[in-house]
Amino acid sequence: MLDDVDRRILRLLQADPAQPVPELASATGMTAARVTRRLDRLRADGVLMPSQAVIDWRALGFTVEVSLRVTLDKTVPRAFDDFLSAARQVRAVIEIQTFLGRVDVRLSLIARDLPDYQRIYREEILTLPHIADIEALMTVARLKYDESLPL
Amino acid sequence: MTLDDIDRELLRSVALNADQSTTQLGQKLGLSQPATWRRLRRLQDAGVISGRRLVLDAEKVGFGVTVFLGVKLATKGRISLEDFERAVSAIPEVQSVEHVLGLYDYRLRVVARDLADFERVLRRRVMTLPGVGNVEANVLLSEERRPGPL
Repeated sequence: MLDDVDRRILRLLQADPAQPVPELASATGMTAARVTRRLDRLRADGVLMPSQAVIDWRALGFTVEVSLRVTLDKTVPRAFDDFLSAARQVRAVIEIQTFLGRVDVRLSLIARDLPDYQRIYREEILTLPHIADIEALMTVARLKYDESLPL
Repeated sequence: MTLDDIDRELLRSVALNADQSTTQLGQKLGLSQPATWRRLRRLQDAGVISGRRLVLDAEKVGFGVTVFLGVKLATKGRISLEDFERAVSAIPEVQSVEHVLGLYDYRLRVVARDLADFERVLRRRVMTLPGVGNVEANVLLSEERRPGPL
């Protein structure tokens, strides 16, 4: 379990994952060696995983982002596995999530423009196996996206 | 910005693990440390790498439930979108807010300790937002990030 010191360190890191240990040490009033030991333990326990670079697809010319909400034909026993492994082959897909609820799977898909999206949708998405229903939400703007936890 | 194969490999690598040193990355790509540093710098300056995300095991830090909410505004036109956006973004349990076009107006990612805690967040924080109408909830079971068209 996390204690208050762990939480404080993680809160600081969430705000700036590139923060060096000496900075964390002075912000928490601990020695650098103690901060390092804490971080090592959090990593060993699998709490803290490698940080990830955030890619801005717009800067690479992918201006369209669509969220596809898919309902699968659950009468087919392997519907989930078949669908997921086929969806992983679609290069435009940047995120795959499975759900309990009205929606079974959600795919985040990026495209250069609307004609590009239309092509991917027709040729690579609609051909995925066991789709019962599909709904598209187009992302207009992202207002909050840090995905930090309220520690 | 146009990328060559080495840029793409570099992006794939830091998208999985941004903690690697330029020396480690360089070894993987067959580049010198200064050359790797220059490439990373160029990707950052062009805004292709827009930041860094800390990855925590949400369950291990006590957040066992992640729910995606589709929110439809009830009184469009009469309430200001800015008011809704400001209020929803201020909720600590709301991790991301997207304005979308389609069946819903907004898509929210919400974390909670458990289902009872989620119900509290939903009733006390989300349902009381200005202008909120129909809300659909889907509980996240699994998620994976893909390298995308790199």
